[in-house]
Amino acid sequence: MINGLNRRRVLRGMLNGSAVTVGLPLLNVFLNGNGTALADGRAMPVRFGTWFWGLGMTKSIFVPKKVGANWEITEEMESLKGIQKHINVLTNFTAFRDTYENLCHYTGWIIGRTGIAPSNQTDKPGETLDVTVANQIGRTTRFKTLTATATGDVRSTFSYENANSPNSPEFSPVAFYTRLFGPDFQDPNAPSFTPNPKIMVRKSALSGVMDEVKELNAKIGADDRARLDQYFTGLRHLERQFEQQLTKPEPIASCVAPKALKEDPRLGGEAAQIAERHKLMTDLMVMAVACDQTRVFNMSYSNSSSNTTKAGYEKPHHTCTHEERVDDALGYQPTASWFTRRSMESWAYFVDAFTKVKEGDGTLLDNVLIYANSDHGYARVHSLDGMAMFTAGRAGGKIKTGLHIDGAGTAGTRLGLTCMRTMGLDLPSWGTKSNNTSKDVSEILA
Amino acid sequence: MRLFTTSGNLKRVLQGSAMGFVAAFTLASCSGQGAKSEARVANAPAAKAAKVSLSNEPDAEAGPRRLRLMTQEQYLNTLSYVFGPDIKPETHFAPVQRTDGLLANGTAKAGVTDSQLELFQKTAALVAGMVVKPERRDFLIMCKPADEKAADKACAGKFLADIGRLLYRQPMKPAKVNELVEQASASADKLKDFYAGLAVALEAMLVSPNVLYIAETSEPDPKHPGHQRLDAYSLASRLSFFLWNAAPDDAMLKAAESGEILTDKGKAKIVNMMLASPRLETGMRAFFDDMFAFDDFNNLAKDPMVYPSFTGVTTGDAREQTLRTVIDQLITKNRDYRDLYTSRETFMSPALAALYRLPSTRTWTPYEFPADSPRAGLLTQISFLAVHSHPGRSSPTLRGKALREVLLCQPVPRPPANVDFSIVNNPNSSYKTQRDRVLAHRSNPVCAGCHKITDPMGLALENFDGAGRFRDNEKGNPIDASGSLDGKDFKDAVGLGQALHDHPALTSCLVKRVFAYGTGGVSKSDETLKWVNTRFSEQGYRLPDLLRTITLSRAFADVSEDAPAQAPVKSASADTAAATSK
Repeated sequence: MINGLNRRRVLRGMLNGSAVTVGLPLLNVFLNGNGTALADGRAMPVRFGTWFWGLGMTKSIFVPKKVGANWEITEEMESLKGIQKHINVLTNFTAFRDTYENLCHYTGWIIGRTGIAPSNQTDKPGETLDVTVANQIGRTTRFKTLTATATGDVRSTFSYENANSPNSPEFSPVAFYTRLFGPDFQDPNAPSFTPNPKIMVRKSALSGVMDEVKELNAKIGADDRARLDQYFTGLRHLERQFEQQLTKPEPIASCVAPKALKEDPRLGGEAAQIAERHKLMTDLMVMAVACDQTRVFNMSYSNSSSNTTKAGYEKPHHTCTHEERVDDALGYQPTASWFTRRSMESWAYFVDAFTKVKEGDGTLLDNVLIYANSDHGYARVHSLDGMAMFTAGRAGGKIKTGLHIDGAGTAGTRLGLTCMRTMGLDLPSWGTKSNNTSKDVSEILA
Repeated sequence: MRLFTTSGNLKRVLQGSAMGFVAAFTLASCSGQGAKSEARVANAPAAKAAKVSLSNEPDAEAGPRRLRLMTQEQYLNTLSYVFGPDIKPETHFAPVQRTDGLLANGTAKAGVTDSQLELFQKTAALVAGMVVKPERRDFLIMCKPADEKAADKACAGKFLADIGRLLYRQPMKPAKVNELVEQASASADKLKDFYAGLAVALEAMLVSPNVLYIAETSEPDPKHPGHQRLDAYSLASRLSFFLWNAAPDDAMLKAAESGEILTDKGKAKIVNMMLASPRLETGMRAFFDDMFAFDDFNNLAKDPMVYPSFTGVTTGDAREQTLRTVIDQLITKNRDYRDLYTSRETFMSPALAALYRLPSTRTWTPYEFPADSPRAGLLTQISFLAVHSHPGRSSPTLRGKALREVLLCQPVPRPPANVDFSIVNNPNSSYKTQRDRVLAHRSNPVCAGCHKITDPMGLALENFDGAGRFRDNEKGNPIDASGSLDGKDFKDAVGLGQALHDHPALTSCLVKRVFAYGTGGVSKSDETLKWVNTRFSEQGYRLPDLLRTITLSRAFADVSEDAPAQAPVKSASADTAAATSK
């Protein structure tokens, strides 16, 4: 079935038993006169992304007093002033651990991304929400999903296909550049196109490999068959990639391949190094989205128990949140807050970067929905209540922005559900036990 | 085609001193009671140690057949052995999840995502391109096509069948060879290049699940009716990935083809050959790199303001220093495993010499710390000291935790979520040294439970800062490096090394890890591990002997019938599929 797809056609079909709408790539030639929709009246494709920062925030200097629109900029969110109109800040939400223990720096983000409380430190109880979305909308682009981290650590990921299949992040800007815009990149705006005959034979060779998967499936234990099924799906993905390389891409005005990166920034966890790596990865990611190389993307600024350091300060961020005393005069932990502010600066950069790309009569951000979360509310005490989250982008007009939402202690999974439904998933509810919810964060729905 | 030989000389020193067998030692919980020891020391003098031989191996529950994902190192080693050491593609396989202390255990559960398969394909294309390059084809492809611009089925068939046998780790089925030959021929005709066509077929082999996954198959065990054992090819692969961290070579495959590997004598011969091969060093480096969790080095960086001399070169050399020491002590010199923690012998590089405050060397050089040096054993090497520290300071707790978890197989419970840090946050407290700070934790009963497990031995390493440099004071305050490990007191790091050397769990932990590494998962049988440990003790804790015991044991090759499949985890994607298909 998948063999028949091509970028210039819209197919409606069945994939793995579910109905799938295969969207058009974002081609300005297909836009209507106002640039607000495709020429045939259908909405522009909406892309979905996630962003992660570790160790939450400090309520007294983070949470705005005003709820709704025009919320006041607070100390820890000072750097978000420029993007306030593009984001929603959601505070006072809860991740319910139910009968399981509070697994520090783990339970919170796992619930936020999977809807399920983990039973132990290695338990990844399901696919993360970006994967759910990508399974719905990510099958037509060159990459089903792209994942990157600013930490430089290949283990920093918040995206899982299943318990044993993390989506490993790109951690080297040079490698990320090469993967996206290296020799295999087909510039949609290139003046000429010649199909590469080597790709044709390569694609044909894959069918024999797929047959081997089937044969091997018959020899292995039942529990391992799901892993081979996944392998088979990956081969299908490769086949599709080859097919795309054999098809002339339509021009995309906003797609401009960045200049080649020649050298990676120095390895290190100091905040300025993280910010620099985050900037490089963000710029690449944004252009990958603009060039319709993917419609689902993940970026992490730090690990959950963030080990970001401050030059000359002996403790990393995580240790600082526990061991720094609350300053009597300020009423908060000054260095821990310094780290949170650096996180917010990078969040601002991330969101703003999507506004730099023009799309139709607006910007790329108008057609994007980004979900951002952390591992704790107040990291000092590992709280799972009072948690803060963000969204950014208007999801093609489906999401209102500029709002502060007070969750009143309700399940944070409401935001994940809202995002997935906005991305077109027909989900009656999401999450398990106390994290199960069928209730959107309706305030942000347009 | 050139086949790279595996023969080599390894001097083995057999000796028979034995330590009494020691049973498991576990840390039950952060109960506030400190480490709960269940250690039982048999205290059997060497001469009276129970005689154990392969014939008295206890019956045990067999482990499962595994489907293991090949690691990046296994893939690269295999390519290097099959095609030569200059076939070294730049690639980065996704890390697997550390499970029960080892990444190797995670490969038995690892899936492959779309992006991983994309990487496998890119790497395969790179390798195939390297193999057929004009400068290599003459000695890697031992036949010449009649016409380089057209298909040549005979030549392609010979190459693909020979190479396929090594990559697939068993003879290729004629139908599969034919299919690949057809693919190579069609591609050659299309591309008007025999070698380009051959590369396409080779590329397809290199993304085959039969190559990238190590799928074990079994057969009834004629000596034990009703039981299953690994079949000859699966046994060859299990042995080879275990001892060499690479696919079996030609000799091993021949032993599998003839069935020799399934006989006691044949298997012993193969194992002896493997233990004598230089490839054993590669295999054991991989094991200790995994057991010591040296993947942490991949992201290790120190605050340059605090430790300006700790550079990227330092991290690479620190990892290498420990691995060189391990191989030298345990394989080249066939020493007692426990001596790793007391020996002063090591190797020094120019970058490390600066941190150790030693005269610079021009290259890697054997080095022995003098008898009065504060350094002895692996715990005082920069690898252990720096990895288990913060970027800007040392950490007795992290070091103690690593000692427990990595070397003694004793998981340390995580701190409670509601831990109260008010003691260390107290502005009126004056902590002159790390000892003062961590002792403050221990005045709180909630903290004390776990910190008693980790800190008393971590504090003995306080003479070494977060980069592993020696110091005798902390900001002008003298350092007290005394400590204790499960009832043994000592005054410094050298004493800690000796206490660890004598600790019963040190060797049982190694046995547990080696067995799991070799078979793909933790043994279900404590009796088997106990039996292996007894032999290890009798043989003087020599690593090659331990490897021989494990590989020749029945438990290594016995496998169970498949268990019923577990119910799949419900996913939101599945929910959506169900909803939309209604």
